[in-house]
Amino acid sequence: MSTYVENPSGTLKSTFLTLAFLFAAFWGSFLILRTVIGFSSGDNFSIQQYILQILNGLDKGSAYALIALGLTLIFGTLGVVNFAHGALFMLGAFVAVTVSNLLSLSHKVVDETRTDFLGNPLQVEVPYMYDLFGQAAGDVIIDWAVPISIIIAIPIMVAIGFIMERGLIKYFYKRPHADQILVTFGLAIVIQEIVKYFYGANPIPTPAPDAFVGSFDFGIALGFQANEIIYPYWRLVYFFFSVVIIGAVFAFLQFTTFGMVVRAGMADRETVGILGINIDKRFTIMFGIAAAVAGLAGVMYAPINSPNYHMGMDFLVLSFVVVVVGGMGSLPGAVAAGFLLGILESFASISQVIDMIPGINQIIIYLVAIIILLTRPRGLMGRKGVMEE
Amino acid sequence: MLGLEKKDFRLLLIVIGLTMLAPFILNPFPAGSEMAQFNAGYPDLMQRFVIFGIFAIGFNILFGLTGYLSFGHAAFLGAGSYGAVWMFKLLSMNVLPAIAISVIIAGLFSLLIGFISLRRSGIYFSILTLAFAQMSFALAYSVLTPITGGETGLQLALDDPRIFGASQTATGNIPVPALFGLEMRSSYELGVGSWLFTFNAGYYLAAVFMIFAFYMSIRIFRSPFGMMLRAIKSNQTRMSYTGLNARPYTLAAFVISGMYAGLAGGLMASMDPLAGAERMQWTASGEVVLMTILGGAGTLIGPVLGAGMIKYFENIFSKINETILHGWFAFLPDGLENVVVAMIYPFIGKGWHLTLGIVFMLVVIFLPGGLVQGGQKIAAAFRRKKPEDAKPNATEPAE
Repeated sequence: MSTYVENPSGTLKSTFLTLAFLFAAFWGSFLILRTVIGFSSGDNFSIQQYILQILNGLDKGSAYALIALGLTLIFGTLGVVNFAHGALFMLGAFVAVTVSNLLSLSHKVVDETRTDFLGNPLQVEVPYMYDLFGQAAGDVIIDWAVPISIIIAIPIMVAIGFIMERGLIKYFYKRPHADQILVTFGLAIVIQEIVKYFYGANPIPTPAPDAFVGSFDFGIALGFQANEIIYPYWRLVYFFFSVVIIGAVFAFLQFTTFGMVVRAGMADRETVGILGINIDKRFTIMFGIAAAVAGLAGVMYAPINSPNYHMGMDFLVLSFVVVVVGGMGSLPGAVAAGFLLGILESFASISQVIDMIPGINQIIIYLVAIIILLTRPRGLMGRKGVMEE
Repeated sequence: MLGLEKKDFRLLLIVIGLTMLAPFILNPFPAGSEMAQFNAGYPDLMQRFVIFGIFAIGFNILFGLTGYLSFGHAAFLGAGSYGAVWMFKLLSMNVLPAIAISVIIAGLFSLLIGFISLRRSGIYFSILTLAFAQMSFALAYSVLTPITGGETGLQLALDDPRIFGASQTATGNIPVPALFGLEMRSSYELGVGSWLFTFNAGYYLAAVFMIFAFYMSIRIFRSPFGMMLRAIKSNQTRMSYTGLNARPYTLAAFVISGMYAGLAGGLMASMDPLAGAERMQWTASGEVVLMTILGGAGTLIGPVLGAGMIKYFENIFSKINETILHGWFAFLPDGLENVVVAMIYPFIGKGWHLTLGIVFMLVVIFLPGGLVQGGQKIAAAFRRKKPEDAKPNATEPAE
């Protein structure tokens, strides 16, 4: 059984240390990058470019962090390695697709004032939303389909999480990790194929609300030239959204009685059970929450990357790497590693860096994972003795 | 015989018989008949059966015996394929050196990856192998394009040197892989009545390799070395307390299974001389995991069965479309026919992966020993006339 002990003061200290470490790491990497790139390729590597790359890394890093957070929640509470977690992320994205399809459902209405090219009265598609809320409000609702689907996704994903845990995963607590990996891997295939059956194999574009189309000019905001650092609004929204979700999960665990019991259960499940607390029930709820976190990550990711049925698997592999780098069972570790690796990936995609080390952008995450696993098996913030083998 | 016990020797003989007579066995339906679409006796599919059989046998030596779940085995198969195609490009179109080099390259590659990955066990090992395989895939796809052909894959060309063979044939074509003049794609067709049986040179070459691979795997399973590997699976801590270092054994198992994968890759390139990066992708690694578990990890014949089953369904089941289904259920009343077809259709044809996923989950949940265990259970149920059969469970190690 995994043991995950966390005392609040220790968390505060380690969080502070992590922040200091991250700051030092970023500043150090900036200096190194500037020196190295400056030497190799004449042109100057500016602070603007550096900020841009950090921003570019944030949105992917947010997705990694959210998925890894859910994975870690499941692993820390139930001790299960969930290979179907990517499928939950993908299901979230398809909730957004479904909601936006449903909201834009329409019926034909004959418009008497206009005629088509044959001279017959023109038939116009009128969304049901117009009938219900009038044209102006209906347009807004259709436009805001993705944010609206957040509200719908939460109960759906929690329910899916419950069904998964009660229906399948509960039978695998006593089985080896390999069996857990295998059965959830099979489940991921099944979910993926069901989605493929209903939605087809092609990516389905799901636009963000019009208000968030376009880019924010960081250049002006930070006092640089215009157009030096531009960044799409929606990605900014995604980053803030993920920060809110992560904060909510941590607050829930830290400041509620329920969260306290769950943390106690993570540390020593047996003792909590002996004290007469139904820890299984709470862990099931945590599974639901983890599923909801993955689902919300997927919902909000839909406008960034058109959802297709295998997007979950693509993210899953990387998220596992993130969990391992952060430290199996460590929630702050998963979040920090998610952002760190997202940003590292975007640094590695700078063209000067690729010129120096070809292909580095493709392998940087795996490379980091290998180095971490070999030198510090418990991960960046993992606890000593937890899953170090 | 051949250093095998009687029971194992019988199993080997059965496998030899099945593989040698496969063109007959897999073609039970007359050509042109309604059921001919279920015939699997065409060279391309038969080659796949045995090649993936080799791959799964090798994977089973690692996973079935030591319990180390590698999610990156396809990297070795891919490396073997590249090695073989390079041999075709540089040396000659003879398949033997190509296969030899593919085994060697895969062996070296797996030695490197295994040496690093085996420092960890459990989930960390799985993720390390996964990371290495994804890295190899990403590199083969992008940076290593001069060696791997990148997105288009590595193909033969008319201006390849081929120092021991001809760059091109007399008619100006690219020569085809051959074994001392026997072209791999050449087939002998035998018509008996309305049946048509195809005997393909490439298939028989691969089948001989598979029989050899199978024989080797029996020997490994029954050897003291195999015993050591099982000890690692059951309790590695206890093994190290008795003073044995598990690492060399696991590494040897890893390299052996990597070489099996390389052999499969080399054979694959010999049948069709091209190699692509997608062979290394982690979905390909997942496939061999599916095969082994489905058939029965840790059993001798299981992986071969699993490989055969998955490849059969992939090629035969996936061809069934809605029209064929309507044809089958035409005898039902119209409304019912549509309902039945609508119910079955998601599970076959393009949706066969769904069936595969469900079957795989059921196997993992209810039959951890795979189809072989299922077969044994059925056999035991028929034999259970005698009451004293109720043996206690296998001895549990005291903790």
